[in-house]
Amino acid sequence: MKNPLLGLIAAALLLGGCAHPSSTLPLRGTGDLGVVVERATGTLQLIESSTRTSLARIDGLGDLSHASVVFSRDQRYAYVFGRDGGLTKVDLLLQQVDKRVIQAGNSIGGAISQDGSLIAVGNYEPGGVKVFDAVSLALIADIPATPLADGSRNSRVVGVTDVPGQRFIYSLFDTGETWLLDFSQGNDPQITRFENIGNQPYDALLTPEGRYYIAGLFGENGMAKIDLWHPERGVERILEDYGRGEQKLPVYKMPHLEGWTLAGDQAFVPAVGHHQVLVLDSTTWQQTDAIDVAGQPIFVMARPDARQIWVNFAHPDNHQVQVIDSETHQIIATLEPGPAVLHMEFTARGDQLWLSVRDGGEIQVWDPYTLKQIASLPADSPSGIFFSSRAHDTGL
Amino acid sequence: MAVSVHCSRPLLLVAALLLAATTAAAPLPTTERQQQLANLLLQDCGSCHGLRMTGGLGPALTREALTDKPRDSLLATVTHGRPGTAMPGWKALLDEQDIAWLVDRLLEGAPQP
Repeated sequence: MKNPLLGLIAAALLLGGCAHPSSTLPLRGTGDLGVVVERATGTLQLIESSTRTSLARIDGLGDLSHASVVFSRDQRYAYVFGRDGGLTKVDLLLQQVDKRVIQAGNSIGGAISQDGSLIAVGNYEPGGVKVFDAVSLALIADIPATPLADGSRNSRVVGVTDVPGQRFIYSLFDTGETWLLDFSQGNDPQITRFENIGNQPYDALLTPEGRYYIAGLFGENGMAKIDLWHPERGVERILEDYGRGEQKLPVYKMPHLEGWTLAGDQAFVPAVGHHQVLVLDSTTWQQTDAIDVAGQPIFVMARPDARQIWVNFAHPDNHQVQVIDSETHQIIATLEPGPAVLHMEFTARGDQLWLSVRDGGEIQVWDPYTLKQIASLPADSPSGIFFSSRAHDTGL
Repeated sequence: MAVSVHCSRPLLLVAALLLAATTAAAPLPTTERQQQLANLLLQDCGSCHGLRMTGGLGPALTREALTDKPRDSLLATVTHGRPGTAMPGWKALLDEQDIAWLVDRLLEGAPQP
């Protein structure tokens, strides 16, 4: 073989052929791939944003009622956290499950470490966090959460997030704590506990550079902020005065928080139990506005250029999506993609927005600049959409 | 309080008869509504209780988990929610028929995976 490139291609094809019955998979990258969770059937669709197509369906992932996904730093593998405690490593190139372990009875989500070597999973049952080797899925550390006062079980864990410095952070729903695990010195982590952060933290976000961890509170007003440059300063409450004295609406679905709520020097967060998106100055963390929207917000996501904020809603307003101008805070569009819009995901540079229409049985691709739908793909009760570009975002 | 000693039995009987009568007489939701409710049970209840009702942020609602739970208390929980927890009251979105139908499906072990 005279051409070294041809030799490489042939070798890659041979390798692929060894591991997969189909030796016809083309040589390719994975940077424009993603996965869509089909939650009722426990399957994933492998999607490609460049062509706006579905490449494969991968099954055998168990109960994906509430599933989230992180990616290996080479963007080859997706780690899927399932409701049934399953942790599944999916090979995007070979389009198949690589490894799967049932690590708990009931889990909520997880994170991958800064160096890509550790996977942390947050569990409801048994309440706590387990940490696994990202290659083999072998158990590395088991950190039970605080037992409840009656001793019946441990607190449920929410908002597991990776933090720079080979650390993970998460909150305890039942006992109102935040724990910071530091794996920088080895596999026996140093644990820092923040107590009394507030009542019933339901999820949390990490600002994109990894400095601030902010947990949303379900059981009381406000959010709990920790400055990870200065953990010794403890927890600071923000948004405490929001909604005080007002009757909360029944909350039919818990909102979600992630780093995508940051748009430049502003943070846009869902108001729990209100038809509003709250705006904070992300340097002072003071509230600057409250934007009236069509329902109770679930995901509040900035377009990657920070110029627009897209919002979807809880039942019974979940057929709509609203787009907010990040500068004027005006609603610039109210879209009706279809019944039960569950999740949205921008491509890394924001040229496309993918959204899942659960009860319409489709995934839609929108151009967020023209606000027009540009593609639709059939899917079985689609929920979360995750692009492999998340591999290089801290806190996602 | 003293009165109840004398009246409790007949009153209870009347109450039980009334309850039985209303339960038996409560018309079922239309077929179309039942389909909507079945989807709501699977997907929206499933958001917190799991699509297989094995629990999540909310407790498990499998038939086994509900064995010792009186139907009336389940009806009350769905209608009014449980203050201090994440369980909302559904009465703004569902009427009594809807809620009774949903609770009866849960007691039968629905939704099946």
